[in-house]
Amino acid sequence: MRGTDHTLKGALDALAAGETTSVALTEAHLEAIARLNPRLNAFITVTGEQALQAARASDARRAAGQAGPLEGVPLAIKDLFCTAGVQTTAGSRILGGYVPPYESTVTANLLRDGAVFLGKVNLDEFAMGSSNTTSASGPVENPWSRANDPDTRLVPGGSSGGSAAAVAARLALGATATDTGGSIRQPAAFCGIAGIKPTYGRCSRFGIVAFASSLDQAGPVARTVEDCAILLKSMAGFDAKDATSADLPVPDFAAATRRSVKGLRIGVPREYRLDGTPPEIEALWQQGLAWLRDQGAETVEISLPHTEYALPTYYIVAPAEASSNLARYDGVRFGLRETAPGSDLRDLYERTRAAGFGAEVRRRIMIGTYVLSAGYYDAYYLKAQKVRALIRRDFEQAWARCDAIVTPATPSAAFGMDEKQDDPVKMYLNDVFTVTANLAGLPGLAVPAGLDAQGLPLGLQVIGKAFDEETCFAVGAAIERAANFTALPGLRADAA
Amino acid sequence: MSLDAATVRRIASLARIRLEEEEVARMQAELNGILGWIEQLQAVDTAGVEPMAGGSPVQSSAGMRMREDAVTDGGIAEAVLANAPDRMGEYFGVPKVVE
Amino acid sequence: MTYTIEGTTGPWEVVIGLEVHAQVVSQSKLFSGAATAFGAEPNSQVSFIDAGFPGMLPVINGECVAQAVRTGLGLNAKINLWSRFDRKNYFYADLPQGYQISQYAHPIVGEGAVEITLSDGTTKTIGITRLHLEQDAGKSLHDQHPTKSFIDLNRSGVALMEIVSEPDMRSPEEAGAYLTKLRQILRYLGTCDGNMDEGSMRADVNVSVRKTGEGFRTRCEVKNVNSVKFVMQAVEAEARRQVEVWEAGDTVHQETRLFDTARGITRSMRSKEDAHDYRYFPEPDLPPLVLEQDWVARLKASLPELPDVRRARYVAMGLTPYDAHVLTLEKETAAFFETVARGRDAKLAANWVTGDFFAALNRLKRDIADPPVTAENLGALLDLIADKTISGSLAKQVFEAMIETGKAPGTIVEERGLRQVTDTGAIEAAVADVLAKNADKVAEYRSGKDKLFGFFVGQTMKAMAGKGNPALVNEVVKKLLG
Ligand SMILES: [Mg+2]
Ligand SMILES: [Zn+2]
Repeated sequence: MRGTDHTLKGALDALAAGETTSVALTEAHLEAIARLNPRLNAFITVTGEQALQAARASDARRAAGQAGPLEGVPLAIKDLFCTAGVQTTAGSRILGGYVPPYESTVTANLLRDGAVFLGKVNLDEFAMGSSNTTSASGPVENPWSRANDPDTRLVPGGSSGGSAAAVAARLALGATATDTGGSIRQPAAFCGIAGIKPTYGRCSRFGIVAFASSLDQAGPVARTVEDCAILLKSMAGFDAKDATSADLPVPDFAAATRRSVKGLRIGVPREYRLDGTPPEIEALWQQGLAWLRDQGAETVEISLPHTEYALPTYYIVAPAEASSNLARYDGVRFGLRETAPGSDLRDLYERTRAAGFGAEVRRRIMIGTYVLSAGYYDAYYLKAQKVRALIRRDFEQAWARCDAIVTPATPSAAFGMDEKQDDPVKMYLNDVFTVTANLAGLPGLAVPAGLDAQGLPLGLQVIGKAFDEETCFAVGAAIERAANFTALPGLRADAA
Repeated sequence: MSLDAATVRRIASLARIRLEEEEVARMQAELNGILGWIEQLQAVDTAGVEPMAGGSPVQSSAGMRMREDAVTDGGIAEAVLANAPDRMGEYFGVPKVVE
Repeated sequence: MTYTIEGTTGPWEVVIGLEVHAQVVSQSKLFSGAATAFGAEPNSQVSFIDAGFPGMLPVINGECVAQAVRTGLGLNAKINLWSRFDRKNYFYADLPQGYQISQYAHPIVGEGAVEITLSDGTTKTIGITRLHLEQDAGKSLHDQHPTKSFIDLNRSGVALMEIVSEPDMRSPEEAGAYLTKLRQILRYLGTCDGNMDEGSMRADVNVSVRKTGEGFRTRCEVKNVNSVKFVMQAVEAEARRQVEVWEAGDTVHQETRLFDTARGITRSMRSKEDAHDYRYFPEPDLPPLVLEQDWVARLKASLPELPDVRRARYVAMGLTPYDAHVLTLEKETAAFFETVARGRDAKLAANWVTGDFFAALNRLKRDIADPPVTAENLGALLDLIADKTISGSLAKQVFEAMIETGKAPGTIVEERGLRQVTDTGAIEAAVADVLAKNADKVAEYRSGKDKLFGFFVGQTMKAMAGKGNPALVNEVVKKLLG
């Protein structure tokens, strides 16, 4: 078996059994990256030397009987996580050349548990996007393509497009990702892999370049639900350095993937049946519900009446917070600085930020600045916060009738790199099924469930109660078992 | 509410993003497209609704944890200055500011 | 007597409100573990949080919260058990995050009051609108380089209390008295060291003028005035400017101004042109600040005695209101006085501290923190007076010797043989000798020239090298003169 064929769990078992080594796994993945990354552009930075060194140290620890829960597993890190001594770009020109002197809590947790980092993966600039086409390092290509149109290059989704593409193409056994409006679940669905955005507060945000502080959450993407569970267990946990981090024990998520769904009540929100959704997606949703019923779950129709307002709410709250979070990129302490002869400080700021931020980031900063500005705060930001409260309340009321909610993950399969680029609002609609979980702070898991007529993967989403990722994992694993999703993308490490 | 060109310039100035004159019209059209779409929120009845600030999924009465008052950080001037585009000795340098 | 500014159209009333930024006494910063000490090497007390690095998050310092609550209690203000932080967004070279974390909509402390005493002895209550916690910015140095400003972030993130008054003041004197009183209260509480020349307290002075009986006119904010004297000057200068503007038929525009201490005028601040669009919104990195009533009650129980209460207590101890006022101005002075007065005659102690001791401080340009005579030694001197070892006039000599030598008064009295003579026999002999030598004066006295009594006492004291007990000498002179 090739090193890149393993699931993360399979690799851990093989390492434990002495059938492979971290060095062998790492070399296999580095070789695959060298071969495929020029096409996929999933990695911005490959830290090959460091990875091999870490792998050797990991093998030594294992030999000494000191193997951690992720000992020796090669992972890819979204380039939004600050990694000590390794350039971190957030996909932006404005952070060009920035080398953080500190490690994010999530990546530190992974290192503590023995993981090996292969490098930093691509993303939409500052995690703002649903196609991974806004990165200063260029777009990422989805390793999947349409059966009847193999030459059209597809987007991997975003913003964690590099994470999802790397894992789908088998350039890493798993990857870190972040999700502000769907940035884990949408690319996971587009790339035929699993991914979970945990409850807000489950993973520390310390050391993650902030997009929208009240919405951002880190989570894993991986090829199976169980792999996600293993990764999340390491990533999660209370962190005194993040005041919004939840001081709660981290459950054994992997064990939850083996739980039965018998007797669980699965909520089916009627508002998620949208006009214009491809019939295949509706059919897949019904199929998923049927699979769960087959395994003993009960499905109940529920109502989340404010769903249609979730995206406009998000496009006030997220840009507002972003406009403030991104004010620190001013060309004074780190990153890019642009001046012209005779520039004063204001001119330095304006030139630096115009040159350093791409079009989508500038657009969102403008929107965010506007909705917070004098005279507009109440009409936009305050209104959005109130609607957000209603969206959270919708879920609270739904939990009286169900234990988890199952919906489609995305309103379409992966689209072409040139599509939807002209109209921002059209692009924003990608997150229509995922964004409610961010607004309410709830966990959401995407699991690949089938293929569309073009042979592209489609995913389902499981939304859970606050801090009940375990039920998400149980339901997600039940769908995964029934779907028996074995299709593979054309571009991948073990393909000829 | 629809943005005029002057407002677009004012917002760009508040956000400290240089906007060339030829970019104003396009930015104005894009922003108005987004704002027009956002406008649908006004239809929601939010009378008496307590706004949700912060991302916590649970409405807690507990409030935030407080740190001990101890010096646990600092003394890292080199690291703080290492990424500066215009380092002036032990300081960050910027064009002269007139107050 | 009402303070007014005389314009060409008649008198103008001045309306003043102060926003005082007081640096919280704490070891570490409001949201980071970096130190707060004054005068450190540039950028040496900076964490990545204070420098606004990507991914950094604030975590609140509990002691800073406690200090704000103590201050609120000391200002007789309402403590809000639920408060919240907001972001105030603006760009400035020494504001690394591009926003200041402050409390806008829901401050930790609500309405309170401060009583000020004016030079004519009258008192006035100045309302406190609110007190909130916020972080300080860094410091820009404009004079280090011909074309650049230098940024030092040591102050960035240091906890400040912004204490906002009602527009209750009507003269430069009232503004000065208010700032003085506020500083006094904070220093008693130990919540701010009040070192205005180190920037620990700065005032934004809001000034408007109006004709008697009018509502408020537009105000201007004079930023960052850093002494009581300058606050008073800034009020006057800004009020005069506004009177001129109105009287010229123009309109005062709300703006942020700077007080030019060298020229004694205020001028518009260019760097504050966005000042009216701070885009405040709730700080998403911090949950609300929730306090427990019990915790607040414990802080209240542990508050030190505050100046108003202490002054009243001194008056009850027999001090004049003036002495009580002077002795409570600085808590170090009050502490010195209390040590001197402990177990002794409070009035006598007050006389010595406000009299010879203050005179010595002035003369020697010394500070109460570095006194030329310790409180213990001054107390011991009072004991020597009380037990009649030395007379009051001799005590002044001893006091001077204490300053010169640093020795205890008992030692000086012994070494120099200054012990008072209370032996009636010796005194009678000395008096008899003086009367014998001055028979002519005795005759004059007896014929009615009463004033000569002091002469005999003085001559006797001189003969006894000042050591005669004054009361006994008086008594004996009276007896022997018959
Ligand atoms: Mg102010
Ligand atoms: Zn302030």
